[in-house]
This record gives sequence, C-alpha cells and structure tokens, in this order.
Amino acid sequence: MFKTTKLTAAVLALALAGPLAAQDGTPKAGGTLNVVIQPEPPSLMIGLVQNGPTQMVGGDIYESLLRYDFDLKPEGQLAESWEISEDGKTYTFKLRKGVVFHDGEPFTSADVEFSMDKFLRETHSRMRTYMEHVESIETPDDYTVVFKLKQPFGPFIGIFEAGTAPMIPKHIYEGTDFANNPANNTPIGTGPFKFDKWEKGSFIHLVKNEDYYMEGKPYVDEVYYHVIPDAASRAVAYETGKVDVLPGGSVENFDVARIQAMDNTCITDKGWEYFGPLSWMWVNNDNKPLDDVKVRKAIMHGIDREFAKDALWNGLGKVATGPLSSSTRFYDGDTPDISYDPDQAKALLAESSYNGETIRILGLPYGETWQRWAEAVKQNLSEIGMTTEIVPSDVAGWNQKVADRDFDLAFTYLYQYGDPALGVSRTYMGDNAAPGSPWNNVADYQNPETDKLFDAAALMASPDDRMAAYKTIQDKIVEDVPNIWLLELGFPTIYRCDVKNPVNTAFGVNDGFRDVWIDK
Amino acid sequence: MKSFWTRFSYNRGAVIGLVILTLVIATAILAPFLFPQSPWKMVQRPFLPPFTQDGLPLGTDALGRNVLSGLAHGAYVSLLVGLVSTIVALAIGVPVGAAAGYFAGRTDDALMRFTEFFQTIPSFALAIVLLAIFQPSLTFVIIAISIVSWPPVARLVRGEVLSLRTREFVEAASLSGLGNLQIILRHILPNALPPIIVLASLMVAQAILLESSLSFLGLGDPNIMSWGYMIGAARTVIRTAWWLSFLPGMAILLTVLALNLIGEGLNDALNPRLTRKSE
Repeated sequence: MFKTTKLTAAVLALALAGPLAAQDGTPKAGGTLNVVIQPEPPSLMIGLVQNGPTQMVGGDIYESLLRYDFDLKPEGQLAESWEISEDGKTYTFKLRKGVVFHDGEPFTSADVEFSMDKFLRETHSRMRTYMEHVESIETPDDYTVVFKLKQPFGPFIGIFEAGTAPMIPKHIYEGTDFANNPANNTPIGTGPFKFDKWEKGSFIHLVKNEDYYMEGKPYVDEVYYHVIPDAASRAVAYETGKVDVLPGGSVENFDVARIQAMDNTCITDKGWEYFGPLSWMWVNNDNKPLDDVKVRKAIMHGIDREFAKDALWNGLGKVATGPLSSSTRFYDGDTPDISYDPDQAKALLAESSYNGETIRILGLPYGETWQRWAEAVKQNLSEIGMTTEIVPSDVAGWNQKVADRDFDLAFTYLYQYGDPALGVSRTYMGDNAAPGSPWNNVADYQNPETDKLFDAAALMASPDDRMAAYKTIQDKIVEDVPNIWLLELGFPTIYRCDVKNPVNTAFGVNDGFRDVWIDK
Repeated sequence: MKSFWTRFSYNRGAVIGLVILTLVIATAILAPFLFPQSPWKMVQRPFLPPFTQDGLPLGTDALGRNVLSGLAHGAYVSLLVGLVSTIVALAIGVPVGAAAGYFAGRTDDALMRFTEFFQTIPSFALAIVLLAIFQPSLTFVIIAISIVSWPPVARLVRGEVLSLRTREFVEAASLSGLGNLQIILRHILPNALPPIIVLASLMVAQAILLESSLSFLGLGDPNIMSWGYMIGAARTVIRTAWWLSFLPGMAILLTVLALNLIGEGLNDALNPRLTRKSE
C-alpha cells in the first residue's frame, strides 16, 4: 500500500512537472533517444568516410571548431572566438580550454594542426581542395591556431563543421596508417556522445560523454541508431514507437502525410540549409533544339513546379528561383522571372527553332516520387506543344547516360555546401564540362563572363564584393536558362514533439544531439 | 457453324466471358473518343476518391489524373499486348512444332531440345532479363512476352501433328504428289487448329498478366498508361488510397477471367468428341 502511494505521488509529481517544464522550457536530463539511420554507414570514422549516415552518427562523436545556425552564421564549438584579418588572409581561432577527448587526453591546438594539415589533407578530397588555399598553420600556444592563406578565400570560414573539418586525436593517429588504424572501429572524438557498441545490421549505441565541456550537456543518457533497411518498415517503426526521430529522407514522401497526422508528432524541414539540396533538370545545351535559349525558356515557363511541390513533396521545400538555393550564402531572390506561365511558354516555343523533335527526359531512378515527377513534366511539356518521351533507367544507367551526355533533359539534385564557390560554380564553369562525370557542368554551359566572375568572387575578401559578383552571376545564368531549376528540396525531419531541439543548426541531425532533451 | 454456337453457348460461363470481353474491347476502341484527353493529363487535385466529383466517377490518382480515363486507355494497351504477342508467339511456335512433329527424327530432337531450353527458364524471370537488356518500350515488352510464351505452342502443335501425320488422308495427299509444305498447311494444320485456338485464348490472358506484372515492377514502357503501371504506381499509397490499385486490379481480373471462360467454351465447342453434360 505504502509503495503504491509513493508511486502515485511520483506520477503526480511528474504529471505536474511536465507542463511546467514545457512552459519554461527547462531541459530535463535523462532518457534514451531512438533514431533511424539509413543506410547503415560503412564506418563511423568521419575523417575517412564522408557519406550521409557516417556524418549523422559521427556528428555526435566528433566536433569541429565551429557550427552554423540556420542562416549559416558561425557559432563557437571547440573554438571560443575567432578573428579574420582585414585583408581576409589570416584566420585566428582561440580554442576552448578544458576540452578532453573521450579517452581523457586534452584537446589542444596540436590536434587542430594535425587534423587539418595531415589527416584530412590525406583522406578528405573536398578538404584537400580547400587546404590548397592555406599557406601555413601556426600554433603559437596550446589554445591558439592561426591559418595563413595564400589569397583571400571567402568560403574558408564556412568549412569548420564536423563533416568537413572534424577534429581528430593526434595522439592516436600520428605516424600511423590512417585508413587502417584499428582505432577507426572505436572512434574517439570530443563530442557529446561516446561510442559504445555497433551491432552490425541492427543498431549503433552511443552513451553520454560525462566529461563533456558544456555544463549539463548532453541531456539524454544514450542514443540508439537503428538500422532498418526498408522504408515502409522505418515508417512502421515510428508508428509503433520503436524510434522517435526519422531524419530527412528516411521515409517515402507519400508516407510523410500519414505519419505527420499522428499524435505527438512534429515535423521540420530545417536543418538542410548548409547542404541546400537543389533539384533541376540538366539541359543538354549541345543538342538541337535545346541550344536555342527560347526553347529552354519555354520549358522553364512550361513546368508547373508549384504543383510538383504540393502533389509530390507534400508542400515541403521551395520553388527554385535560379542556380542558388535560398539558404546558400549570396543568394539573390531578385532574378528574372521563371515562374509557371504556359501561355508565355507556348509563345516562346512558337518563336523558337523547335520543330516537333522528340525530347528525351531521363528521370532520376530514386523511387516513386521522381518517377511521378518525370511524368508530370512530360505532361506539362506536352501541354505547351512539345513531344517528349521518358527514358527509363536504373542508377548505374542514369550515371552512365548523364556522364556520356546521352540525354536531352535529365533530373538531378546536388548539395551546395553553403557557398556558391563550394557547391554552385562547379555546375556552371565552362572548363568543368568534360564528359565522363555526372556531377560537373553536365549541361555544357559556356559563358566566359560568368566563368571570370566565379573565379574572381571565390577569392574576394569582402563579403559585399562577393555579393555583388554573385548577383551578376545569378542574373546572367537565369537569363540563359542553361538548366531547368525545379525545387529546393525539403527533406523533413519527423520526431515526437516531446523530443526537444533535434534540429538546431544548418546541418540538422548531422550536427549531433548535444542540445536534445526529452520532455517525459 | 450452328452447332458451334449451340455448343459454345451451352457453357454459360463462356457466354458471360464473351460479354465481358466484348465490353472491354468496346472500351478499348472507344477510349480515344470517350476520353479524348491524354490519360496522363492532370485534371483535378490528387487522390480524389471515387464518386465524389462529377465527371470523375472513379476519382484521381497521385498526380490528379482521371482514373477512369486511365482504365479505358489501359484496356487498349492490355488487349494490344495480349493479341500481338500471342500472334507473334503463334508465328514462332506453330512452325517449330509443325516441323518437329511432321519430320520427326533428328529434326524433332533438335527443335524440341531448343524449345526445352526456353521452357526450363522460368518465363517471368526470362521476360525480366530480356527487358533489362533491351530498353523497356512497348515493342520490346511484346517481343519479350512472345519469346517466353511460344514453347507451349510448339509442344502442343508437335503433339497434334505427330498424331495426324500417319492418318490415311495424309498418306493419300502424299501419294497424290503434294509437297511437305502443302500437306502441312492444307491438310494437317487445319485439323490441328481447335486446340491451338483454345490455347491462344488462354495465351492472350497470360500475356495480359505478364504485361501487367512487368509494368508493376516498373519494367513496362514508361510512356504508356497500362493497368499494370496503374497498380505499380498506386501500390505505395495502398494504405491511403486503396482504390487506385483495386480498380485496375479488378480490370485485369475480369479480363483474364473472361478470356479463360471463353477458352473453356471454345474447348467445348471445338472438340466434338468431348461429350460433356447432356448433348
């Protein structure tokens, strides 16, 4: 009897505390976070492997000097403060004191130098190209790091995130074969969670880092990443309560609406600002009649992207206005109008060199949504008087056809990495158009003027100058319509509403669950 | 001829089958007139349930396309694939079977081993492989279905020819100086026709099922609205819009059932030796 009373009292206390805590938002410690991971990562060593799932789990274990809010403004992580010199060539970081790796060794400027200069330069291809701008790295004391650049490189301040520049423990890796170091199986970082166990094909278990340098954080005791290979099963796992967080892309679009309608379910499309996934159709600018800008403009105005967003993407995402995603730095919303206007499309087509040729549309073989999208585009184009056919393919066939330029229109989407110099110029630079890659300037857009501006803008010190250059670039490119821009894709993160703060940076769940707490 | 219809109509199922098939054929022929707009046209908001909107009695699919229009245009595709691939399969199977049965001996051995080679591979798997190699288009779908469905024809024709070639009228024709080709075409095949016709009706049904299965798996022609495509596209939303897969499924079921019933009726009508029921 006594026991029961005590229990009831405890339940009552909890019930009372619940709404109160929710009101003033005081984080509560404790609890287990169950998250879906898809697909199973090949490794958790984020410095060696850069694919999505590795970054997601690795983002809990490893950290970088900075992190970035939804507007891509830097915030301190392992760096307490930082300074960029007037000429844009010297970056000075002051490190946080008292930070230790999971094995108890202190984190110092030597680890920063080792990670950037030795480890990542060898293992991380994207990082290697960034490091070419760096002349030297100096470490005047244990808590100061100075990067000296050969010339100003605007995007540099944007690379200090865990997926690009994770801090690797020097004492474990120095002088070893990085790729084959046995320590890769038991990753050691400075992050809020420590690696505990990886049951291959089933789950990855992380536990709270008790020595974390932020008072009280992390709040949850442990994180389970569940490996569930089938999209329908992942949806069911959420419905039955096995998992509480579905990161973007882990369930099919058409399931989102159903899951969203469940009780205690929240959804956000934030957390993708850095990646800025933008979808478009490559236009083969070398093929007739697509070499005619009027034909390209007709296609651009002939496609109902608002409809695709609502019918295929559950209304998530945004209709693209040009080559930059609106979350990417130096985005300019004031570019020439490319909205849906079938009458204008028909008029343009009538003036153009189009003579009823069949235009081949290569869909993206990533499932139902993309297949339906190709059908919708085909129908849109037939309504403005174009003859089209959908060319079916699998992933390998798509890569092959795009690399060989064997298409007229081809769906794709790419990440922008927060800065046009990192993720946009590659798509439009004239000297990056050689056939053989499905990721370069596939459309073969040739414009010496924008090429020159792209080159100059990457090396400008002042953000205002860069903005002006990128504004001109965007106007010019939208005027030429080398590609048919579709949507800024929305990959919603779905979670129980009592899981607080799962997404609070431009990297979303990839940035770790440092600030997450469970209101139960 | 009178006795053919009498015997056919004696099988009530066959008559029902004929009625259903006639309706399907009529729909297929009239589809372009009843629904002049493309079945791919997005006409209304997506996922409109049946019987909620005038002019769209069966509602709309995931892209707001008219389901009824899709079914009507799909009927044409299904029948076309069924008929053409059956004709092609017959065009391969009948000569092979006839030659094997008539010439017997080594020719028979060679042709039958060749046929068995195709028969030992599961037909659906073979069709998938063929379409994975070719570009999935309507022509190749028909070719693939024909390639996997001719062996039973060859075996059936061979058996029939084998039993007919020793009959007196064949010997008489041979004695009167007719060539082998003439004998096969004018004397043997006409007598072997009834079972071939029955088999053909079932093959049409089989071909429609095969085409639907291939489209369901996304191996059909992506530019053509067929029933299998409609089910394949709707299977992912089966929990929220079950009718999108149910309706084309029913269309396939009814058409295949009708063809099977007709096949049975034909069997009754064309096989005088079969004394069924009280005739």
